[in-house]
Amino acid sequence: MSKAPILQAVGVTKNYGRVVALDGADLELFPGEVLAVVGDNGAGKSTLIKCLSGAEIPDEGQIILDGAQVSFKRPQDGRHAGIETVYQTLAVAPALDIASNLYLGREIRKKGPLGSVLRMLDGSGMRKGAKEHISALGIGTIQNISQAVETLSGGQRQAVAVARAAAFGQKLIILDEPTAALGVRESRQVLKLIESLRDRGMPVILISHNMPQVFEVADRIQVQRLGKRAAVVTPKTHSMNDVVAIMTGAMTVDMKDQALKPVR
Amino acid sequence: MSQDTATYDAAAEFQDRASLSQKIQATLHKYPWLSSAFVLLFASITFSFFNENFLTPSNFSLILQQVAIVGAVAAGQTLIILTAGIDLSCGAIAVFASMTMAKLVQGTPGEGHPAGWSIWLAFPIGLAVGMLGGAINGFLVTKIKLPPFIVTLGTYNVFLALTLTLTKGTVPSIEMDPFLLTLGHYVNIGPFRITTGVVFVIAMYSFLAFVLRYTGWGRHVYAVGDDIDAARLAGISVNRVLMGVYMVAGLIFALSAWIVIGRVTVASPNTGSDLNLDSITAVVIGGTSLFGGRGTIFGSLIGAIIVGVFRNGLTLAGVDLYYQLLAIGLLIIFAVSVDQWIRKARK
Repeated sequence: MSKAPILQAVGVTKNYGRVVALDGADLELFPGEVLAVVGDNGAGKSTLIKCLSGAEIPDEGQIILDGAQVSFKRPQDGRHAGIETVYQTLAVAPALDIASNLYLGREIRKKGPLGSVLRMLDGSGMRKGAKEHISALGIGTIQNISQAVETLSGGQRQAVAVARAAAFGQKLIILDEPTAALGVRESRQVLKLIESLRDRGMPVILISHNMPQVFEVADRIQVQRLGKRAAVVTPKTHSMNDVVAIMTGAMTVDMKDQALKPVR
Repeated sequence: MSQDTATYDAAAEFQDRASLSQKIQATLHKYPWLSSAFVLLFASITFSFFNENFLTPSNFSLILQQVAIVGAVAAGQTLIILTAGIDLSCGAIAVFASMTMAKLVQGTPGEGHPAGWSIWLAFPIGLAVGMLGGAINGFLVTKIKLPPFIVTLGTYNVFLALTLTLTKGTVPSIEMDPFLLTLGHYVNIGPFRITTGVVFVIAMYSFLAFVLRYTGWGRHVYAVGDDIDAARLAGISVNRVLMGVYMVAGLIFALSAWIVIGRVTVASPNTGSDLNLDSITAVVIGGTSLFGGRGTIFGSLIGAIIVGVFRNGLTLAGVDLYYQLLAIGLLIIFAVSVDQWIRKARK
């Protein structure tokens, strides 16, 4: 099987002053897979993700989305191109309700003159849509869609953020440390969400520090080291200890043993 | 889906254990103006026991006239406080706008008698001056990234100085233009006297309430005040929203100046000095959080009326002015405590 990658980064370089954050990093994300990106602090995973989503502009290198080269200037550009990102700092407005948060920044107006002249929002339509998106991900216990987000648990809030990404992500979803601030049970909810995203055929890039979680949901694991891709492995071919060894430079993987092609 | 329910039962837990105080707190959280409406009702009933003249239509129409000015300024102040900002310059902007209008209409008598401008030129210029004042605040907050408190403390003095320079300390009160006095007209409906100024303020509040509740811009105002980073990451042009809020507020302050002229029939450089803090008082008592993102516009009108009712009721009850100030001070502290309680219990 030779599927073309949906998203590809080739030789991406990014410097902050004299600090080299990315030193020719590569990445390939294939349709319908969960790609985990792991690495030590300062290995360049966050910068790489920011370059992919449009939050940072790479100094050099190419980003290719669906076979066409793209150059994002702002996060909005990435979003318009179909890349949704869920940030570590839960990007939800706590005092607003679930439906408002789901449609924040892309509200739907009422049809007819009420919407075009008075610029009225379609509140019931957005609530209905929000309910559909939430239940599509199997988050059944959120009973009231007009509940303020701050009344939700951390896992449920993250679920709202993921649901928003899933609702509007056309091509792929990037999750930046989605479980970092969550407890065991809430992390479980988010992992289930990631699996249900994959089941719907949505490709996911997952940044995480948590090895057991990565090994649970990822199809392939990209290990970043010193601003470069050190190796791509799979949970089947390598152990957690191997991955940590690659992260620290204690182990290198031969090109032919790497999982550079889709495994699903 | 049924196999998933066991995993997601965390939500069901906290819905069962809601005590009375939690219920009150949840209700107040949803309707932050409720506590201020309750205070207004309670105060009105109490004052009616002390003086039979309190609960009369004529007295209430007097209170409404008295609070119209602070109420109007508080509308603009609410928009800014909803974005987690604050405007200490609102009174100064209002006075500067009103002096601009009055000066242009009046001309400069004495020195060669240049004729005054047409009101249809002077009035829009006055409103534009208000918006420009707001735009300067907005620019300093969004582009220079200064805290709104410091920005408006500075511009407060700047606008005050400009006003004094413009008037050289005099009061341009001769032959005030009839259009500028529009909002001082009134009609008597039985014992109830209603001024055009009061009607204007209520209309303005209704319009702002609609915009805040039913338009995307309104939701963005709340989102920016609630969590500015989340709003930015959600794709909202945060700076554009803030800039708009400060400019609309500046326009509202200039319109408030129009009400001031209608009520006191002169444009005086001294009428606006209390408006800065009084408008913040009304907003806070009206249940809007100083931390942004929480509150309603009509709450501020209720807040302004509460202050008016307290002043009026205490005066009628023969209470010394000093104790009136004390009562307002305690009200503010009470209102902020309630806000903190609502916020904390949610965490």
